[in-house]
Amino acid sequence: MKLRDIAIARSGDKGQRATLTVVALDPRDFPRLQALLSPELVARRYRGIVQGPVQRWLLPQLAALHFVLHDALGGGVTRSLALDAHGKTLSSALLDLDIPGDD
Amino acid sequence: MKSFRIGCGAGFAGDRIDPARDLAERGRLDVLVFECLAERTIALAQRRRRDDPAAGADPLLAERMRAVLPACRAAGTRIVTNMGAANPLAAGREVLAVGRALGLRGLRVAVVEGDDVLPWVLRHDGALLDDPRSVAALRPRLVSANAYLGADALLPALASGAEVIVCGRVADPALFLAPLMHHFGWAADDWLRLGQGIVVGHLLECAAQVSGGYLAEPGVVEVPGLADLGFPLAEVAADGSACITKLDGSGGRVDRLSVTAQLLYEIEDPARYLQPDVVADFTQVRLEAAGPDRVHVSGGRGAPRPDTLKVSLGVLEGFVGEGQISYGGAGARARGGLALQVLRERLQRLGLGDLEHRAELIGVDALHGPASRAGADPGEVRARLAARCGTRDEAELIGREVEALYLNGPAGGGGVTTSVREVLAVASTLVPRHAVAPRCTLLQEDA
Repeated sequence: MKLRDIAIARSGDKGQRATLTVVALDPRDFPRLQALLSPELVARRYRGIVQGPVQRWLLPQLAALHFVLHDALGGGVTRSLALDAHGKTLSSALLDLDIPGDD
Repeated sequence: MKSFRIGCGAGFAGDRIDPARDLAERGRLDVLVFECLAERTIALAQRRRRDDPAAGADPLLAERMRAVLPACRAAGTRIVTNMGAANPLAAGREVLAVGRALGLRGLRVAVVEGDDVLPWVLRHDGALLDDPRSVAALRPRLVSANAYLGADALLPALASGAEVIVCGRVADPALFLAPLMHHFGWAADDWLRLGQGIVVGHLLECAAQVSGGYLAEPGVVEVPGLADLGFPLAEVAADGSACITKLDGSGGRVDRLSVTAQLLYEIEDPARYLQPDVVADFTQVRLEAAGPDRVHVSGGRGAPRPDTLKVSLGVLEGFVGEGQISYGGAGARARGGLALQVLRERLQRLGLGDLEHRAELIGVDALHGPASRAGADPGEVRARLAARCGTRDEAELIGREVEALYLNGPAGGGGVTTSVREVLAVASTLVPRHAVAPRCTLLQEDA
C-alpha cells in the first residue's frame, strides 16, 4: 500500500524552504506515521531535490506531522527555474511512498 | 456576548469572485477580508507604479468591490483588504468611485499606508535573511521594500468607522486579527488571545484551502462541489476560540483534515509563528467537530511580539528563458530525451553551456526530479528547457532553440511554447519598529 492510503499531505513554500504537513486520515494511524516518517526517510525521499536538512515536528493532538525541508526550492519561488516553483507538488511525491500493509 | 462573524473573500490575487459575493449576501458577516497580496505581487505592483504614479493597486479591486459592496452595505459588513498593494491611496479612491457608480451614498474608506520603507532601506544597511549578502549589495537592483505591518496599523482605520479599509503590505493573519482586537477590545499585549486570533486568521487567509480546496484525492478524500466551493467564515468568541464553517449549500468540506492541513500550511516552527503582533504558538491547538462542516478551534497561544519587522525586498535578477515541445505516441519518451540532449549540445555551441538551466521531461521527471516514479513509457511527454540568463536577448535564444526543434529535432515534435520573464526576486531583511510609521487617511464621498 501507499502512504496516500492512510494520510493526506500539503506542501508550500517559505523562502528557500518547503513546508510539508502530513495528516493521518484516521487519527489512530498517527503513531504509525510517526514511526514511518522519520526526518531521515523524508530526506532520502527528496534526495536530489532537497539540498539541506529536514526538520520534523509532531502534533499528536492533531494527528499531524510537520516538516521543513531546507534548501528545497532552487533559491525560492521568485528565482526558481522549476516548473513547480512553489514546491506545491512535493507533497504528492511523499504520498507515493510504499508502506508496509495492514495484514 | 454574541460571536463575531468574519469571512474570507479571497486567498490570493486571482481567486474566484462569486464565493465572496455569496458570503457578502448570505453570510451575515461583521467583516469580510480579501487577502490578495503574495510576496512578489507588491514588488510587481511597485514597478507598475513607477511607470504610472496612478497605478500600483490590485487590478481586480474594482471588480471585487462591485461584486460585494451593495450586499456589504445592506448587511452592515465592513471590508478589510490589502488590495491597495503598492498604492493604497489610489485604491481607496477607486473604491470610492465604485461606490459612487453603485449609488452608495456617503461611503467612507480608510487607507492605511506606511509599509513602503524603501527610503529607509536605501539609507540603512542590514543583514539579509537566508542570504550571506547585506541589503547594500542589492541596492542597485532594488525595486521595492515593504514592511509587514501588524494589526496595530489597522486599528485606527477600524476605529474611524470606515466601511472599507484598504492597505498594502500587512501580515496576512493580521488582516483578520485587527477586526477581532477592535471588536473584543483585546489589549496589544494580551499574548494569549492574540495568539488564538492568529490561529483564526491563518486558518482563513487562504480562503477555500480550509473549506475543502486543495484537498481532494479521488478515491481517498472526496470533496463535493469543487466548482462551487464555499469560502470560509469564522464565528469567533470573546476568548478567540472559533467555529470555522462555510455557507449552507456551498461546495467543499470543513472538517479535521481540511482545517489541520491549513493550520500548518507554510508555517515553519509551529511553536513560534512569527507575526508583527505576537509570536503565535499552534502546538496546543485543539480541533473538535461541531456539526456538519463546522470545526471548533481553540488552544492557540502566544508570546511577546518580536522587536523587529520583516521587510520584503523586490530585486531585479536578470531573466529566465524557457521553451517547451511535446512528443506523443510510441517512443515519445526517447524522442523527448533526444530533444533534451540536442538542446544541451546547442547551448554548448552557442557558448551558453555554463548557464544554470533545467532540461527535463514533463510527464516523466519535471516535478520530482530524482524522486520521480520509474514507470512505463508515458503516452506523451513535453520537453522543457529553462535557463537563467543575464539579458533578455540571451533569454530569447532559449525559446528559439526549442522552437528550432520543429525542423531540426527528433520526429513528431509539436506545440512549442516559449517565454521570457524578467526575474523580480524577493529577499528579506528585518528593520527596527521605529523605521516604520503607519498612517491612516479617511476618504469620504461628498454627500
